[in-house]
Parts: sequence; C-alpha cells; structure tokens
Amino acid sequence: MKSSIHVEGLSKCYSLNQRGVMDRNLTENIKYQLGRVAGKFTGRKYESGKTTDYWALKDVSFEAFPGDCIGFVGRNGAGKSTLLKILSRIVEPTAGRATIRGRLGCLLEVGTGFHPELSGRENIFLNGSILGMTRREIKAKFDEIIAFADLDKFLDTPVKRYSSGMFVRLAFAVAAHLQPEVLIVDEVLAVGDASFQKKCLGKMRDVSQEGRTVLFVSHDMTAMRRLCNRAVLMSKGQVSMVGPTGDIVSEYLARESVLTPAGMTVDLTNARRKGNMEARFTSMVFDGAGMSDRNEVISGGPVRLKLNINAEKPVMTDSIAVSFSDRTGYKLVNADSLRLDRPVHLRAGDNEIEVRLRALNLQPGTYTLGLTLARWPETTYDSIEPACDIEVAPNPADGTTRSPIEGVVRCEFDLLGVPESLPFAGV
Amino acid sequence: MIWTNSQLIGRHGREEWGVNMPGSIMSGTTTGLLVSQPIETSPAVATELPLTVIQPQPGWKMVNFRDLWRSKELLYYLAWRDIKVRYKQTALGVAWAFVQPVFAMLVFTLFLGDVAGLNAGIEHYSLYVFAGMLPWTFFSGAISQSGNSIVANERLITKVYFPRLHVPFSSVGSVLFDFVVGFPLLLGMMLWYGTPLTASLLAAPLVFGLLVFMAMGIGALFAALVAVQRDFRYILWFSIQIWMFATPTIYRPLASMSESAQWWVPLNPVHGVIENWRQCLLGGPINWYSLAVSGTVGVILSVFGLAFYRRMERSFADLI
Repeated sequence: MKSSIHVEGLSKCYSLNQRGVMDRNLTENIKYQLGRVAGKFTGRKYESGKTTDYWALKDVSFEAFPGDCIGFVGRNGAGKSTLLKILSRIVEPTAGRATIRGRLGCLLEVGTGFHPELSGRENIFLNGSILGMTRREIKAKFDEIIAFADLDKFLDTPVKRYSSGMFVRLAFAVAAHLQPEVLIVDEVLAVGDASFQKKCLGKMRDVSQEGRTVLFVSHDMTAMRRLCNRAVLMSKGQVSMVGPTGDIVSEYLARESVLTPAGMTVDLTNARRKGNMEARFTSMVFDGAGMSDRNEVISGGPVRLKLNINAEKPVMTDSIAVSFSDRTGYKLVNADSLRLDRPVHLRAGDNEIEVRLRALNLQPGTYTLGLTLARWPETTYDSIEPACDIEVAPNPADGTTRSPIEGVVRCEFDLLGVPESLPFAGV
Repeated sequence: MIWTNSQLIGRHGREEWGVNMPGSIMSGTTTGLLVSQPIETSPAVATELPLTVIQPQPGWKMVNFRDLWRSKELLYYLAWRDIKVRYKQTALGVAWAFVQPVFAMLVFTLFLGDVAGLNAGIEHYSLYVFAGMLPWTFFSGAISQSGNSIVANERLITKVYFPRLHVPFSSVGSVLFDFVVGFPLLLGMMLWYGTPLTASLLAAPLVFGLLVFMAMGIGALFAALVAVQRDFRYILWFSIQIWMFATPTIYRPLASMSESAQWWVPLNPVHGVIENWRQCLLGGPINWYSLAVSGTVGVILSVFGLAFYRRMERSFADLI
C-alpha cells in the first residue's frame, strides 16, 4: 500500500532579531532590502544584524498509510502545531519535503472564516467553501450538516446571536462533512460539551475506519487512546518516539510527570484543601496491590492506598473517603467508609490508614484522586480535591489494548450460550 | 512554497474528485467512482490520487491560474461575504453603492465645473464627471480594499490553506459589485442627456476589463506590501488621495492640458484607461497614445504586483 503521507526531514526555522521578534520595522526593512540587492552586485552576503535561529521543527520524518490515525503528543511548543500547519500548507517549511496523496482537509480551528453577521445557512456555505468543499457537495450534505449540528430552528439567525455551544456545533458539523483522504485535526475538541465531543470523536473515528488518514493533535490522552492506532511523541521540535498509542501516551505522561506513578509518595502538606484542619492528610501513596507487572493501577484491578493523617488532638471520624473523578471533576467512584459504618478514632499526632479497593471498575484513562476526612454530617476535617492525577492502565487480561470501548465504568461480564465448539462461519 | 507536481490538485481541486454523495457517484467519471470507495480496497487507485508536494520553494513565480480556476467558488463566496456584510443592517442597503460616486459627481460639478470653470467645452459636465468617477471609485475602492485584505483576513490565512490570490481578488470582486450596481445610473444619465449610442460602446467592456486587471494587480501588490510592512497601509491611503488628483481625466479633458502634459500624464496607468473608457461610452475618438502608454504601464505594474504577491505569499502566515 502506498503511504498517504510521507514526511522527510521537515524543518521550520524562524530567525529572530535582537528584539526577539521576527518582523523588521520600516527602516530596518529598507536597509535590509537595499543591503540584499547591493549584496547581489558585490557578491557578498548581506548580514542584517544579529539574528538567532529558532527551530520550531527540526528534521521530522514519518509516514502514514490509509486507515491510520496518528496522534501527536508533546508539551506546548514541541512543534506539533507547526508540523500540522506545514502539512496543511499554511506555513512553508525551511527544509525537507512532504508528500500527501489525496485530498487534504484541515481543521486547525473550529469555525475558521465564520462571519458573525451572516446567518447559519450562509456560514455553512462560506465555511464549507473555505474548507474546500464545492457548492454541490455542500448542497448535497446540507441536511446532514443541520442534523448533526441540531440547529434547524436557527438557520436564518445571524451567527453572532448564537450561544458559543451552538456556534461550535455548527462549525464542527461543517468540517465533519468534508470528506478528504487525509484529515488534519488540531486541538479543536477542547470546545463543546461532553456529548458533542463524543459525537466529534465518533465522526473522526469513522473517517479513519473508512480507510482515510487522520493526523490528530490533542492534550486529551483519553481521546488520543480511543482514536489513534499510532502516536508520535514530539519534543523541542523533534520526533522523539513513534509507536503504538498506548506506549507513547504512557511515555509522554511519565516524562511530563503530570501523573503520579504508583508507589510514589505524594506530599499533601501544601495541597489546596477545605476543612477545619483538626486532622489533616499529610501524605499518601498508592499502588496496584501487586496485581500487575509494574504494580500500577489497572482497569478492574485492586488499589491500595496508604494515607498518613496528622491530628491535632484525638478525633473521631466515620467518613474516610477516596474518590475518583473525571477531567471535569465529576465524581465517578467514591469509596467512603461511611458505608461501612465503622467509626475510626485517630490519635493525636501521626496515624497511618490503609484503604484497599478490591476492584476499581473504571475504564483505562486518567482520573483525579480526591481525599476526604470528616465526621458526618457536621464536621469536615480535611478535604483535598484533587490530591493527584492517576492513570488507570489497560488490564492485560483484556483482549484489546487499543481501548476503543466507550463508557467510563467497567463491568465484568460473560457471553453465554455461544456455541464455542462450532467453527466461525466462513473460517 | 509551491505545490510543484504538475497534476497537483489541492484541496480545491475537488470538482474532479468524486465524493461520497448521491449524484457524484452516479456521475460516471472514473475518478469519481474510484475515490468514493475506501482507498485500501483498490490500491491501484492510490496512484491516481492527487499528489501534493510540500517543500521550500523560494523565488519568483507566476500566477497559478489552474489552482485559481479550480477554486473559483471560493472567490465567489469570499466576495459574496464582503458584499453581504457591507450592506447588512443598513437601511439603504445596496443603494449606498451609488452614494459615493454621485456625491463626488455633485461636488466636482459644482466646484470644479461651475466655480473653477473646468467644464469649458464639455457639453454635459456632470455626465462627463460621473462617467469618470464611476470607474475611479471602483479602482480606488478595489485597491484600498484588496490592499488591506490580507491583514483583514488574518484568521483565514493563518488557519487554512487556499490559493492566496483569492483574498485580494475577492475584494476587487466585491467592489466590482458596487460598480455594477452604479452602472445603470450612468446608462440612465446617458439616455437622459441623449448621448448617441455608438458602436464604440462595445469596446467599453474591454477597456474596463483592463482597469479590473490593473485593480487586481496593483491591489495584490499593496496587499503583499501591507502584509509585510504595515506602514504601507498609510502609504496606500495617502496614495489614493493623491492619485485621484493625478488622474485629471476624471474632472478635466486631456485635450485642455498643455502639450507636454499630454505626453507624460498617461504614464499614470489609470488615466488613459479611464479617459478611453469614457470616450467609448460617450462616443468620442479613442486616444490611442494614452491608451497604449497607460495600458503598457498598467500591465507591467500589475504583472509585477502579481509576481511580487506570489513571491511573498509563502510567508504571509508567518508574518501577519
């Protein structure tokens, strides 16, 4: 199969002058241009003062095939967006070469070219044509776009009167109906509500499953894992790792250390908290209770937490709670000792308490861990939300590691009545 | 940066590439049929997909008419947007397109015609001025709009690729719309004053076409200059003010000027074009000398403008 994108040694360099900016003022520009022309006659290269080169992208190479969905991860300024801008032909590379086979669709921003004064209907045509659709295509897809955006009542309202949610829905709907062989999507899913984001991700997955190629930049690692089969880790303008999404995402998270790895003690003395502080969490450490290779927390596996609590005086608590929330702060799991109906008397000074979750039924992904210590209902001693971010790794016992499974909560189930002795049809 | 491959069909080359929608699949063109299927099922098709090559390609290059033609709908939509937005939420709407040339005509008729006596020897001075004012309003509007167009469309240029010349061209297009709206007024005046309709009327569109081309070329030149150096925004504004008075044909016949002036005034490209456009309409003899000189200067300047724009466009997204 021929590659749909072939990138070789792509680099982008910006020359910054002494003031640290790229542009020259008029006098500098005239001097520079005259110097350049004069240089041509005298054969000497004209030097326009001191400039420093900044390589936004350096010697990037990779290849993508039809059906691939490649995710680009890396911290801000790693060159992801520059790369996408070069591939979408907005910015010219300083060196290197890229070949793209097939029609190219780019979505670097939702709603590029939308004009606030124009109506939704008018903007669909304008935006569609800017993104590269023909009038015929837009007409043919018009009803689908409206249905996707769910905006049929407001078609003739100027877009400036739309709520931001409506605006984003309409904008993505247009872009989603572009049907290129190669789709480039920059961090555009950060907008819109959760259900709409899901719709967008689904649409993008359809694209790659139809045998097209998707290049995707996002800081949302869950989306990245769900969508991409391969990923590229970028750092300082260079490709530092290429591989299956799971590995790359784990590597990235480990390098960025935004996540707390299993077994590392988290110091909580300076955490942001609420409560009267008669008793407070000082530190915690968690792991997967030895159930996986690296003792990490796995989907459906146990979690062991050691909590260190310092009390000013002896206190009684009947609610020690460990919670797991999603990115938006919604509590998904809350292991609260209130349910056990077992009051705990804490000594003045340091106490150590272990909490053991038998099975954490969350799908692989990143979650926020929160801690609460209270005497229900009148007193909250300490409440830390978030205490740290943790990663729930895929369960090695599961069939697939590229976790395309939707839903947040995991459940154990069996398929019954499957005639296993019979061969599959057609095999 | 140039998209070198000769069979390059970028995102805007889409007409030729079928898409998954009813109609195009049925259209029966080979490519349309093939591309609408998943690519991996027919590897042979992969070779037929348009190839885009991205690599640094500095230097001068000429206008890529194929690219522009393929995405002509975008040109239409951008111009349409400008027109729509310009007259949205105005009570008079498109009628504003008349106001500027009519007002200028009144001022010129009163002050230059009657007071300064420039109307000597001209039968219908207001018609004379309006016939000159209308194309000048178009030209000055076009270059000022397209000159600022790159900066005004910054969001578009830094977020999506399309043939960049569409930006200044669509500005010219939207101003052309105003001209088209104002033109019937000129025809009406001609009928009112009983101007004989001659065969030379047929040449008027050709002469006007030259003016449109100059507006595109010079507009693109300023668009590129403003994008690189914002100072040109003021230089452009200033130039237009002076340019009108340097185009005496709008308010004064060339014949009434000194002999040496008749020799060098047509070096101003707009001069000869507007003069002869009016001669075509109002039925005077064509001044071949001024048409040739102005035309040559105008075409050279415009071609340079377009080439300069093409040279600079690759760095627009980095500079603005």
